[in-house]
Amino acid sequence: MTMSSATLPPEPRNQVDDPSSLVARFGASEPLLMDSGGSIGPWQIGYQTYGKLNADKSNAVLICHALTGDQHVANVSPLTGKPGWWSTMVGPGKPVDTNRFFVICANVIGGCMGTTGPASTNPATGQPYAVDFPVVTIRDMVRAQAALIDRLGIESLFCVIGGSMGGMQVLQWAVSYPDRVFAALPIAAAARHSAQNIAFHEVGRQAVMADPDWRGGRYLVEGTRPSKGLAVARMGAHITYLSEIALHRKFGRNYQDRSAPTFSFDADFQIESYLRYQGLSFVERFDANSYLYVTRAMDYFDLAAEHGGSLAKAFRGSKTRFCVISFTSDWLFPTSDSRAIVHALNAAAASVGFVEVESDKGHDAFLLDEPEMFAAAQGFIDAAARARGIA
Amino acid sequence: MTSSRVLPPIEDVAGHRLDFLLVADMVEPGSRVLDIGCGDGSLLALLRDRKGVDGRGIELSRDGVNACLAKGLPVIQGDADTDLADYPDDAFDYVILTQTIQATKQPKVVLEHLLRIGRRAIVSFPNFGHWSVRLDVVLRGRMPVTKNMPYSWYDTPNIHFCTIRDFVELCREVGAQMEKAVALDASGRPIRVTLPWWAWNLLGEQGVFLLKRR
Repeated sequence: MTMSSATLPPEPRNQVDDPSSLVARFGASEPLLMDSGGSIGPWQIGYQTYGKLNADKSNAVLICHALTGDQHVANVSPLTGKPGWWSTMVGPGKPVDTNRFFVICANVIGGCMGTTGPASTNPATGQPYAVDFPVVTIRDMVRAQAALIDRLGIESLFCVIGGSMGGMQVLQWAVSYPDRVFAALPIAAAARHSAQNIAFHEVGRQAVMADPDWRGGRYLVEGTRPSKGLAVARMGAHITYLSEIALHRKFGRNYQDRSAPTFSFDADFQIESYLRYQGLSFVERFDANSYLYVTRAMDYFDLAAEHGGSLAKAFRGSKTRFCVISFTSDWLFPTSDSRAIVHALNAAAASVGFVEVESDKGHDAFLLDEPEMFAAAQGFIDAAARARGIA
Repeated sequence: MTSSRVLPPIEDVAGHRLDFLLVADMVEPGSRVLDIGCGDGSLLALLRDRKGVDGRGIELSRDGVNACLAKGLPVIQGDADTDLADYPDDAFDYVILTQTIQATKQPKVVLEHLLRIGRRAIVSFPNFGHWSVRLDVVLRGRMPVTKNMPYSWYDTPNIHFCTIRDFVELCREVGAQMEKAVALDASGRPIRVTLPWWAWNLLGEQGVFLLKRR
């Protein structure tokens, strides 16, 4: 990997306090109380909205983003200039139709795109929180989103939708605020993070912390960036988002811009070059400490734990309509994780549909063009909208 | 387990299959129902719209599940042979299995689950004792391939065909009480109740049973 320390990657600091999106600010008198026992205040949440809230405020859809996502779900990203990360799912005429629904997407607590996180300024010191930021949980993220929904004057959400970590938030919403969620669509998600997934996250965090430029988390103050560590973390994680078959189809053993191996540790193979590129482009848009905090939040997620170990108990009495979607080749959040959710919902006599979409694209499939996923989501959302009386 | 029901649909003027209407008649209004192998959700939609039923479904095919989701029916992709064990006892008032038991790997185990999960079970299946089937086997010496059973022996999903009398025997074995039993003729209409078992077994194209745990 080539990266001279003379040209520091532009830390997305410009998005941290004043993002290129809407921001809801909460004063010191409205602190966000967190599961760790800590709290933050004043705090803020960066978000985007699309479409119009109807007169009886019944058509609000909340999109929850995944680990490295942001609030720019259906607009061009201010950081990368690329289309919104889920513009195939959200937009005019899309399954989440912005002509019909008022769509909200907010950056998570602990993130770095305008919602308070470790890169934000700690009002007590005037410097970035760094590792003084309280450890975040999925429930904290959802609590912050609920505060935003309150601020927007919305009593109940028509639908909460998300993939991966976004799906964890969807499940947490349904359990924490059962009366405020009419329909829930968790995709490629799990009710708890597996040991294997915690293991992958720990490798990523150790890569960040092993970078001498991490400086015990104080890199922003000290003018360094743990770019190499964060890039390695991203490279490792990126493999888990794909599948063996997808890697083979896309790259095989093909060489990168050469016809023979160089007998060196250069990026001879296309897959190496691809991963290096993924790592390098990631550090330009993501804060390393945010990566530590948000991965940690996923690790701590275990929805059954707060209900005596019974997932069915967590959903008991739920009036929410659920639709669960998984992908055949997703080994990070395998179908068995989704089935565990479905079984618990069945045991709780909740209303649940479930589809396993045939795809060889691995965990990332939920972000890609998967017609079966769109068809299932569209059918579920349209039927739920009819039941809710949304025009 | 097959994703498509075996018999050709015979419909009333409203487009509802006669055998579905018969099943719907057996279900109390407002009850909780699980339809296993629910296909495109026609029966569940009928039960919801006519009987106010709170229905759930299991279906093997993705197309079927998507069709159900689009009708607003909570249906999960799954397999009767593997997924019924996950349902708690007495979760439903009725568990329905239409035209599917003959395609399961373990019909007896499936039937036992039906009676455990539901207070009542409704089971329908094509009758392998029908006279036309018997003729095929006896006179032609071939496995029957008919309009109602269109598969050849080597590609059929229906691996456990039985006759109405076989099924009655299985009910006795698993301790199921028959509350209602109806045989349907080729047009999907019930055969006169006054006829004896052997006649049902000869003339019925399919049997429909309402069962209860003893």
